[in-house]
Amino acid sequence: MKIHEYQAKELLRKYGVVTPRGFHTVSVDGAVKAAEELGGKVWVVKAQIHAGGRGKGGGVKLARSLDEVRQYANDILGMQLITHQTGPEGQKVRNLLIEEGADIKKEYYVAALTDRATQKVAIMASSEGGMDIEEVAHSTPEKILKEFVDPLVGLTDAQAENLARGIGVPEASVAKAVDTLKRLYTCYMETDASLAEINPLILEGNGNIKALDAKFNFDSNALYRHPEIVDFRDFDEEDADEIEASKFDLAYISLDGNIGCLVNGAGLAMATMDTIKLFGAEPANFLDVGGGATTEKVTEAFKIMLKNPKVKGILVNIFGGIMKCDTIATGVVAAAKEVNLSVPLVVRMKGTNEDLGKKILAESGLPIISADTMAEAATKIVAAVK
Amino acid sequence: MSILINKDTKVITQGITGKTGQFHTEKCQEYANGKNCFVAGVNPKKAGEKIFDIPIYASVKEAAAETGATVSVIYVPPAGAADAIWEACEADLDLAICITEGIPVRDMLVVRNKMKQKVAKGGKETLLLGPNCPGLITPDEIKIGIMPGHIHRKGRIGVVSRSGTLTYEAVAQLTEIGLGQSSAVGIGGDPINGLKHIDVMRMFNDDPDTDAVIMIGEIGGPDEAEAAQWCKANMKKPIVGFIAGVTAPAGKRMGHAGALISGGADTADAKLAIMEECGFTVTRNPSEMAKLLKAML
Repeated sequence: MKIHEYQAKELLRKYGVVTPRGFHTVSVDGAVKAAEELGGKVWVVKAQIHAGGRGKGGGVKLARSLDEVRQYANDILGMQLITHQTGPEGQKVRNLLIEEGADIKKEYYVAALTDRATQKVAIMASSEGGMDIEEVAHSTPEKILKEFVDPLVGLTDAQAENLARGIGVPEASVAKAVDTLKRLYTCYMETDASLAEINPLILEGNGNIKALDAKFNFDSNALYRHPEIVDFRDFDEEDADEIEASKFDLAYISLDGNIGCLVNGAGLAMATMDTIKLFGAEPANFLDVGGGATTEKVTEAFKIMLKNPKVKGILVNIFGGIMKCDTIATGVVAAAKEVNLSVPLVVRMKGTNEDLGKKILAESGLPIISADTMAEAATKIVAAVK
Repeated sequence: MSILINKDTKVITQGITGKTGQFHTEKCQEYANGKNCFVAGVNPKKAGEKIFDIPIYASVKEAAAETGATVSVIYVPPAGAADAIWEACEADLDLAICITEGIPVRDMLVVRNKMKQKVAKGGKETLLLGPNCPGLITPDEIKIGIMPGHIHRKGRIGVVSRSGTLTYEAVAQLTEIGLGQSSAVGIGGDPINGLKHIDVMRMFNDDPDTDAVIMIGEIGGPDEAEAAQWCKANMKKPIVGFIAGVTAPAGKRMGHAGALISGGADTADAKLAIMEECGFTVTRNPSEMAKLLKAML
């Protein structure tokens, strides 16, 4: 689960990381009021969306008067902000963060994430702050430093000092940087984050260390023990169909193609999408109905897929294990009838009670095309939509 | 022979009294020598009772001491599953198989580091399979987990995969063209897990009753590439490889917690390229995994 920058900073402050002062608002008047409250002569008006690259897309502006705050807030609120992470249609801006200006002397990058290979927490740091870190990793990988933290020990002073000195934090500020890194690590662990990134972490003229921007992702398996983080969830930033699917315990992701797919198991679902592409078309979605698919779940899955106007055909691929093919077949027939299915439907069933399942489909009176293998199913659905 | 388990393996079921645990324990008992293999269950509140004639003990340690079991299978719900893994480890079992899906990553991080620390201090190593996996099976001998037993057939092909249903797909294809399996192993779809592709490939390489292997992976993480490099230097048997997720968009979690592209090296295309370079016969068509393997024998 992702959260906004202003929420991430709220969380960091709770763990003692210093950030600029700022206020969240959803209106132009609110933005001006926030600037008045903050005082000073320079303010930053920042679009809040769940995507990076906001500055380049015109979503972050430096205002030198309250009039400019008003003007920029007016420009940014409601705009479709397009960044390299939003896709070409962009994301509508509904939230702003108004912050005091900062005296930036130097920008760094720091982040915490779980490293799969070592099964430790990786704390990453770079002297190249404020840039796209993937770009840094690609062009100058030697400028990214890593320390691997044993969760039974925690981030040690020595590790944090290595990082701080390694990225060139001046000696007078090393202790502050070490403190920030340790607090970042604690925050990452205690909140069950899967990514905690401060980019840039800045050194100010007075030697202070501050988090100027922040990004967090959270492990959805652990949200049950963090109601305070679940409260941060912003449904406006998520795909409406994916939210709907999650209510029925379906794993659904919208894609750009025209063939809907309904599959049991995440790996088989991806393999089915890949097979569709291999045979010349593109999948419209990823959809895993999981192990215990009921008629109700299958019906909802059909409804969600068919909401997408691009869908010109549907491929159902089920490997009946514990879930029997005849159960799924009954669900598919009921769903197709309930939604008055008008696009071609190819069903491939394998495994437990396969013959019974096929019989139910054949006797349903519906124009369901049957297939034996994934490849045959893909060939047939691709032909049917052309 | 086979890898990890055989008809003489004695198994403890942790979470035997839950709905999932009960359902699958019954299926596992019905499969091949299952009646003799599943010898104990664990639930501190129901110690002394029986379920399907299987005695329930208060702890894994006690169950192991009483029955001589060396393997456990875990169906405990996510919030307590990491503790259940640790309990199996503290009881010095040979292998713990964790079926549970949805365990918080931090819990897995902590328990994996505890397991490594125990070994570093000279303690006995307990292997972990999973979590979020279907388990493993040695056809006609023993099935530990949630896979449908009837699609398997005894033979000489190894199968290893992160995905349950893709494992079944490969197994069914093999069985259909007359190739049986030595063992089929699901290592699970979570980012922090126990046995990885490389570990299972090593076991298949050493197993005199395995002639060839189908290795199935998916997007996300470095494991398949690591296994491929090892195979290039060490593997003496033919391998067919498939990676799911060529069409998966970057940054999206594709069902499995670990199926997420986070850089350039963990895409399906990148993994397929490395596997091919390391001598695997790779395919982009998952329907022909078994056919390709047969052609190599």
